Amino acid sequence: MAMGDTSCDVLVAGGGNAALCAAITARRAGASVIVVEGASKFYRGGNTRHTRNLRCAHDEGNEILTGPYSEEEFWDDLMRVTGGQTDEDLARFTIAESKELWDWMTGAGVHFQQPLGGTLNLGRTNAFFLGGGRAMLNALYAEAERLGVDIRYDSPVTELEIDNGFFSSATVAGPGGGGYRIRARSLVTAAGGFEANIEWLKEYWGDKADNFLIRGTANNRGSILRLLLDNGVEPVGDPTQCHAVAIDARSPKFDGGIVTRLDCVVFGIVMNNACERFYDEGEDVWPKRYAIWGRLVADQPDQIAYIVFDHKAMGLFMPSVYPAIEAPSLPELADKLDLDPEAFERTVTDYNAAVREGTFNSQELDDCHTEGLSPPKSHWARRIDTAPFYAYPVRPGITFTYLGTRVNREAKILMQGGRPSANIYAAGEIMAGNVLGKGYLAGIGMTIGAVFGRVAGKEAARNARN
Amino acid sequence: MQGTDIQQEAERQITICNSCRYCEGICAVFPALQMQRSFAAGDINYLANLCHNCGACYHDCQFSPPHEFAVNLPKALAEVRNDSYAQYAWPRALAPLFARNGLVISVLTALSVTAFFIGFITLNAPGELFRAHLSPGGFYALMPHNTMAGLFGAVFVFAIFAMAMGLRNFWADANAVNSVASSSPSIWQAIRDAGSLRYLDGGGAGCFNEDDQPRDNRRLYHHLTFYGFALCFAATTVGTIYHYGFGRVAPYPWWDLPAVLGTVGGIALAVGTWGLLVARSKRLPDLVDTRANGMAVAFILMLFLTAVTGLALRVLGGTAAMGVLLALHLGVVFSLFLTMPYGKFLHGLYRFAALCRHAMSRRHGLNPAPAERPVPVAVRSTDG
Repeated sequence: MAMGDTSCDVLVAGGGNAALCAAITARRAGASVIVVEGASKFYRGGNTRHTRNLRCAHDEGNEILTGPYSEEEFWDDLMRVTGGQTDEDLARFTIAESKELWDWMTGAGVHFQQPLGGTLNLGRTNAFFLGGGRAMLNALYAEAERLGVDIRYDSPVTELEIDNGFFSSATVAGPGGGGYRIRARSLVTAAGGFEANIEWLKEYWGDKADNFLIRGTANNRGSILRLLLDNGVEPVGDPTQCHAVAIDARSPKFDGGIVTRLDCVVFGIVMNNACERFYDEGEDVWPKRYAIWGRLVADQPDQIAYIVFDHKAMGLFMPSVYPAIEAPSLPELADKLDLDPEAFERTVTDYNAAVREGTFNSQELDDCHTEGLSPPKSHWARRIDTAPFYAYPVRPGITFTYLGTRVNREAKILMQGGRPSANIYAAGEIMAGNVLGKGYLAGIGMTIGAVFGRVAGKEAARNARN
Repeated sequence: MQGTDIQQEAERQITICNSCRYCEGICAVFPALQMQRSFAAGDINYLANLCHNCGACYHDCQFSPPHEFAVNLPKALAEVRNDSYAQYAWPRALAPLFARNGLVISVLTALSVTAFFIGFITLNAPGELFRAHLSPGGFYALMPHNTMAGLFGAVFVFAIFAMAMGLRNFWADANAVNSVASSSPSIWQAIRDAGSLRYLDGGGAGCFNEDDQPRDNRRLYHHLTFYGFALCFAATTVGTIYHYGFGRVAPYPWWDLPAVLGTVGGIALAVGTWGLLVARSKRLPDLVDTRANGMAVAFILMLFLTAVTGLALRVLGGTAAMGVLLALHLGVVFSLFLTMPYGKFLHGLYRFAALCRHAMSRRHGLNPAPAERPVPVAVRSTDG
C-alpha cells in the first residue's frame, strides 16, 4: 500500500445532492463511508449549489406545499416534457419514492420555505429549499459529518479499477496532487454530467462549444462518467443533447448560475450578429420556450445573439446581474453592440412595419402579432419605437448533459448487454437520463438525485455487509 | 445611483440578490428588495437597517467569495448601516468623530463624569465619600436628588431629542424616492417583529456566528440584553414614581419593586451583554464591519458596565465602597445616554423604523418612484 491508501465499505464519488443522500443513507445503515468530492469546499456539490427546489408527489398539501400532487399528475408532467423518452419502470419508481423525500430531507436538517415572488406557480408541486441549493447542501453535509462520514474535498477520482463489472478500488488525487488508492466494497458514482468539459462537448458540437458558457461549476467534467463508459458500462441518453438556455453573454465562463438568465425574449426581438432575426420570439409562453434558445443561439454565427427591446418592455421581466445596454436611438444602440447600424435599424423597421398590435397581455398568449414577416412573432409583438432602446447580448448557457449510465431499480449500473454490475451504483445527474431522456421539469433533477441517492446508499451498504 | 462607494457596492450586490431570490424566505430584507428595481441611497440605508446580520444568506449564497460575484450582503449592509448612523445623526457634525472613536469616547466620558461626581461629592460632602451610608436617602447625602435628577434629566432629554431628529432624517430618506403608500404606521407588527427578533433566525434554520453552522445564541443574548435593559429602565421609572408620588426615597429594600426589577434586569443585562461581547469576539471576520468595532463594543460595554456597577451598588451599597461605586455607575449611565444618538444604540431605533416601514409596504405597497428621481436631500455622499 502506498502512503495514504485506505479502505471503506462504501466509496461515494461526487459531492452533490445524490452523493450526500447516498452517503447519509449508507452511513445510517452502518457502513463506513468516504465521500470524495473533486471540488473545493466552497464549490462542493456541483449543480446542486444552483438548484432551489425538489419536485415531489404528495397526497395532501402541508404547511408549505399548497395542495396535493398525485403520482399520476407527476407522471403526466414527465410524459409531457420528455415526449415519452423515459424508462417507465424507473420513472414510476422515482415518482412513487419521491413521496418520502419531504420527510427524509426534513429529518436530515433541510428546511423548506414557501415560494414567494416569481415562482408561485410551483408552490403546489415543488418544495423550495430555504436559502436555496447551497443551504440544502450545507444541511446535508452537516448531517453527514455528524454521522461520521469521511468527506474529502479537492479529491478528484483519476482511475477506477473495475474488472468485468466488479469494482475494487479508486485512485484519488489528493489536495496536494499526490495520488492514493481507496479500496471499497461498493462504489456509488454520483458525480454529475460533463457539461463543463468543453473538449468533450466539442466531440458533438465542434468549435461552437468554445463559445458556450457553463451555468454550473467548472468541476462538472464528467470524469467519472468517462471512466465508467470506458469500463464497459451501458450508456443511456443522447450524448449530443444538453439543456441549453440563452444567458447573458457577459457572464463568467463557469458558474454564473441563475442570475445570468434573461426572461425578456418574448418582449423584444432577437437578432444575430448579421442583424437577422432567426426564430419566432413569441411562439409560446416563456416557461415552455426558454430551453430552446440556447440551441437556437448556438446555431448562429459566433454563437451570439442580441435581445432588442424598448422602454415599454423595461420592468416586465425579472432583473438580472448585468444592466441592459442602453442607447437613445437605434443606430447608437447598434454602435454599442458593434453591429451594422443600417442593417440593425432595417431589421427593427421591418419588424415594426409587420406588427399588428392588439391587446398586449404578458400573462397569456395575446393577439399582438406580426403579418408578412419571416420568421413571424406570434404573440406580444409591439413596435420597438420608444426610447431609450435596450439590448442584452446572449450566448448558449449549458445547464446539464443527458448522457449517463443505465441503471436498474437498485441504482445498480448495468454493463453493456444489460447485466448488472456487482457493486457499482449510480445516482443523480450521471443517471438522470434513464428517467429524463429529453426536456426538463423544474425540480426533477433533485428528485432523481435524492431518490436514487437513497436507493444507492441503501443497496451499497447492504452489498458491503454481504 | 447617487451615494457613497459603500452604498454603491451594496447596490451591486442587491441587484444580484434581486436576480436570484433564493434567499427570499430567510428574512425581511429579500422580500423588501424584491419590491424595487432601482435603489436610491435612502433605499439602501433602509434595507441595511432592516438586516439583522444573522449571516444565513452569506452561508447559503452560491455567489459569495471566492465566487467572482463576491456577494456578502451581511457585510455590505453592515457597512452601510454603520455609516447611516452618522449620515442621519443630529447634530451631524458630532457623528463622524464618534463613528471612528466610539469606544475611547464612551470610556473617557464615563471616567470624566465619574471623576466629576467624585469631585462633586468631595466638595459637597467632605469626608463622606468613603463612609458607609445605611440610612434611607443615603445616596443623597452624597449628591442631592435634585442635582442627580436634573443632570440626568437634561442628558436624557437631549438624547431623546437628538435621536428623534435622526429618526426623522432616516424616515424621510427611506421614503424620498419610493414612499410607502400609506400613512398609517404598522407599529404593532413592528413591535412584534422587533420584540421577538423574528428575523434573527435565518428564516427558521437558525443564525450564524463563528462558523457555517446555524447554532448561534445571539438571539438569546440580545433578548436578555433588551429585556434586561427594559427592566432596569422600569426600575428607575418606578423609583421616580415612588420618590415624587409617594415620598418614598431610595435605597429600597431588596424585595421592593424597584429593587426586584433592577436586580433581575441588571443580571439579565449583564449576562446578555457579556454573551454578545463574547459572540462578537468570535464572529467570522468575513461578516464584520471592522471599522465599526469601536462603536459596537462601546455600546455593549457601556450597557454591561451599567448593569455591573448597578448590581455592585445593590450588593455593596451599605459599605464604604458605595461613594465611588455610585460615581462610577452614574458616570457610565451618563456616558451611555450622552453617546446614544451617535452610536450603536441607534440600531434599535432605525431597525424598528425599518420593520415598521417594511410592514407598511407589505400591507399597502410602495408608491412608484417618480420618473425624475430627485437626489435625496438627507443623504449626501460623504466622499463627494
